[in-house]
Amino acid sequence: MDGERILARLRERFGPAVLEAGSPFGQPTAVLDRGVLREALDFCKVDPELGFDMLVDLTAVDYLKFPGREDGPRFEVVYHLYSLPHNQRLRLKVRVEEEGAVVPSATPLWPIANWLEREVWDMFGIRFEGHPDLRRLLMYEEFEGHPLRKDYPIQRRQPLIGPRN
Amino acid sequence: MGVGDFFTTKLDQAIGWARKYSIFQYPFVTACCGMEYMATACSHYDIDRFGAGLARFSPRQADVLFVVGTISHKMAPVLKRVYDQMCEPKWVVAFGVCTCTGGFYDNYATVMGIDTIIPVDVYIPGCPPRPESVLDGLMKLQDRIAAGAQRY
Repeated sequence: MDGERILARLRERFGPAVLEAGSPFGQPTAVLDRGVLREALDFCKVDPELGFDMLVDLTAVDYLKFPGREDGPRFEVVYHLYSLPHNQRLRLKVRVEEEGAVVPSATPLWPIANWLEREVWDMFGIRFEGHPDLRRLLMYEEFEGHPLRKDYPIQRRQPLIGPRN
Repeated sequence: MGVGDFFTTKLDQAIGWARKYSIFQYPFVTACCGMEYMATACSHYDIDRFGAGLARFSPRQADVLFVVGTISHKMAPVLKRVYDQMCEPKWVVAFGVCTCTGGFYDNYATVMGIDTIIPVDVYIPGCPPRPESVLDGLMKLQDRIAAGAQRY
């Protein structure tokens, strides 16, 4: 099974909800509608022809003021999947507006998504619906804002926090 | 000037001399500077020549806090607590530019110099500092200890 077959399989299952598909840098990539994301991740994992049983990475990109992307949704959440039985990789993206930045959680499918989603929440402020424990992962609780957002002031200082209790 | 005053001064000097050759350090190692610290502590550069060979991994048994590596805002309360747990007299060495000033980090996560949190006696610059610089810093610290410089 090659990259074209993977994308065709996604298209025949989800049809117009696959907004874009291609193989940039030789890796099959599909942009999905947010409504089908949870279902699509589940399909990629359990479908015997796809068999993407491993979540390699889950991250996000802030496209604020990105040339050519000024009008579109601000964020993109990116899933990197790997199929152990077929030795194939797949990149799934879902676009998210700044207002109501919520994505269904992948934690029920892959436990590793727990911490990856906490990191995305911490750094970008994108919420994951159905996440068991959505707290900051890297920054401390008193931290205000989400530092990897492009509009976070690069030299902003936050007050030092003292020792707890 | 009585006899007692004269004797006390000499006692201070004796204590300072003894203290400067029995530095029990607490290595607070958080980043890459730690490799250079280990190189200094090992036999080639041999930090034991200065009486600083025994690292104590409990702050309650240590005299000198070696802060080795970048301190993030999340780590800052831990560093403060470790400093507070050390018994007096105590000294602090900032090891490497990250602990001195924040170094090349100028972002949301890094503390801009540990002297914003705890008092520092000796700054050792370098990214990372060469073992020679570390030994120089250690000798400067010994001078301070012998002179009786303390913060209470």
